[in-house]
Amino acid sequence: MIPKLPLDEWVETIVDVLDDKLGFLFDLISAGIGGTVDLFHFILTGLPFWVLLIVFTLLAYRAGKLSIALFTFIGLLLIQNLGYWEHSMQTLALVLTAGLISVVIGIPVGIWCARKDAVQNVITPMLDFMQTMPAFVYLIPAIFFFGLGQVPGVIASVIFAMPPTIRLTNLGIRQVPSDLIEAADSFGSTYFQKLFKVQLPIAKTTMMAGINQSIMLALSMVVIASMIGAKGLGADVYRAVTQIKIGEGFEAGLAIVIIAILLDRITQSVGKRKNA
Amino acid sequence: MPKIQVENLTKIFGRQPQRALQLLEQGRSKQEILKETGLTVGVNQANFEVHAGEIFVIMGLSGSGKSTLVRLLNRLIEPTSGRVLIDGQDIVRMNTEQLQEVRRKKLGMVFQKFALFPHRTVLDNAAYGLEVQNVPKAEREKKAQESLALVGLAGWEKSYPDQLSGGMQQRVGLARALANEPDVLLMDEAFSALDPLIRKDMQDELLELQSSMQKTIIFITHDLDEALKIGDRIALMKDGAVVQVGSPEEILTNPANEYVERFVEDVDRSKILSAEHVMKRAETITLDRGPRVALQLMRDRGVSTLYVVDKRKMLLGVLTADAVNEAKQEGKTLEDVLRKEVPTVGPQTLLNDLFDLVAFSDVPVAVVEEQGKLLGVIVKGAVLGGLAGKVNQETGLPTDEGQVKEQ
Repeated sequence: MIPKLPLDEWVETIVDVLDDKLGFLFDLISAGIGGTVDLFHFILTGLPFWVLLIVFTLLAYRAGKLSIALFTFIGLLLIQNLGYWEHSMQTLALVLTAGLISVVIGIPVGIWCARKDAVQNVITPMLDFMQTMPAFVYLIPAIFFFGLGQVPGVIASVIFAMPPTIRLTNLGIRQVPSDLIEAADSFGSTYFQKLFKVQLPIAKTTMMAGINQSIMLALSMVVIASMIGAKGLGADVYRAVTQIKIGEGFEAGLAIVIIAILLDRITQSVGKRKNA
Repeated sequence: MPKIQVENLTKIFGRQPQRALQLLEQGRSKQEILKETGLTVGVNQANFEVHAGEIFVIMGLSGSGKSTLVRLLNRLIEPTSGRVLIDGQDIVRMNTEQLQEVRRKKLGMVFQKFALFPHRTVLDNAAYGLEVQNVPKAEREKKAQESLALVGLAGWEKSYPDQLSGGMQQRVGLARALANEPDVLLMDEAFSALDPLIRKDMQDELLELQSSMQKTIIFITHDLDEALKIGDRIALMKDGAVVQVGSPEEILTNPANEYVERFVEDVDRSKILSAEHVMKRAETITLDRGPRVALQLMRDRGVSTLYVVDKRKMLLGVLTADAVNEAKQEGKTLEDVLRKEVPTVGPQTLLNDLFDLVAFSDVPVAVVEEQGKLLGVIVKGAVLGGLAGKVNQETGLPTDEGQVKEQ
């Protein structure tokens, strides 16, 4: 019999070494992410409820139909009525931060993948790994490096949520018709001119679908993130589960659904909007 | 110096293309090389020159390598070996910046499927080439507007490509290429995606534009009629190799090999050959001669009409046998019986436009230069001969044969 590979020990060793050597880096990341969450949180809870109600309703109206604006208006009133407004905004701050980081990292990586097949060949299996590894597992190193609270929650969300942005940015750029690339090249475009004037604008719809997916996945992580101390609706659901409070769990879950639909419709419409 | 000079230009697709180069030099065929090495020969040792201001057509069936060849000229596809000299500079050896500069300043390209940017307005499409050169917005929009006006699209600046018909989209493509004011236009099957009527219009318009612009145009097509219509010279390609380069007439009347011959056999010659290709030497006389001399000349030459010219060989009129006979019997001069209304055509008149005139004229139709100098005559049989492809044997191309015989 072959003795068991000490894979667990290896991973722990790597994590130890990383924590030892790169601790300052993690502190820096932690401060950055924490600051972003706090900023969103400050804005979202600092403004009175009715101001945000109007802003979100207008956003939804601009995004598309009257029906979505109406849904937003009623949905947010319901959340307020149930008493989940404060927690909803905490969750939104977390999701927006995770979404923002996914975009800021994911789009350049996606562009890089589209430029070089070799990069794509390395990144794709990593993305598969990130998406299929049970999300709970990310919580362990996240706690180890970043402690308890919002930050490890965001980190775990980003790891889980970023792949669609990378994949669809890559796909969107690769799907730009080859004759348009030839046209751009034939007029003497540089790499960045071609990227910003032709490839990204044409890939925009596909990329927005990826960003939309990333945000939805980040939202789906809030309950898991609450297990390591992230505040918000996720914590409410988690508590309701552990205490078997069906009614409370339903209310918090419903608030998550309302926010999910709202985010989905608004981000989708950004991609679909006509070129003009 | 030719505008563009292509020397031994070869493109081989696949890994380690060098393996096939030697085989090509040994004269092995595309099929043999594919079998032996698994490599595909795109373009095989092409050699030709394109002169400034001409429309140079590269023609061949699909898969003959013509689209690859045109992309080698601006390095959208990297050549495997050979040289492409544009104004004497080898673009194959240029680095990225130099290549971009040449593409920006000297080469404009028009694509088969238009390749317009769907997210940009017609104006922004036309201004793209200037935009990448960082030309200020006001200036590039002015130039783009002029360019759009040139192709008849003034007023459509704010539209998006998907709001235009195919013909109009390709006009935008042309305007985009012209806005840069390049010396050379590369047109890759530019009209092939258009329906036949629009296509004919575009061909006419291109020729009209060309008469005022005098660009060097390299035009790719698989359509022989199109090639013959717009080409000043034509290069015929087969299996990646250039089989023949020549004027439309040369290709038609003097095919280099069986392949070209087969390619051109279905051509409507009446639309290609012109009066000068089928005209015969004219039997002429000057007015200072008498009727007896004229009759003798007719008898000697076996003709029933004589063309009257002055010392400078300007056509004055025609004498029929009957008229000369009358003059002889009634003691008139040749001038008295000279018929001055003679059907005439220019040397470039197409056979297609000659049929009526030749069929209903009782004397051979005279071919005259613009100033009135007689070049030759067209008899009914010569037109039929020309249609049958017997230009050389029967009447000769515009060589000495076609000239007016010295008196």
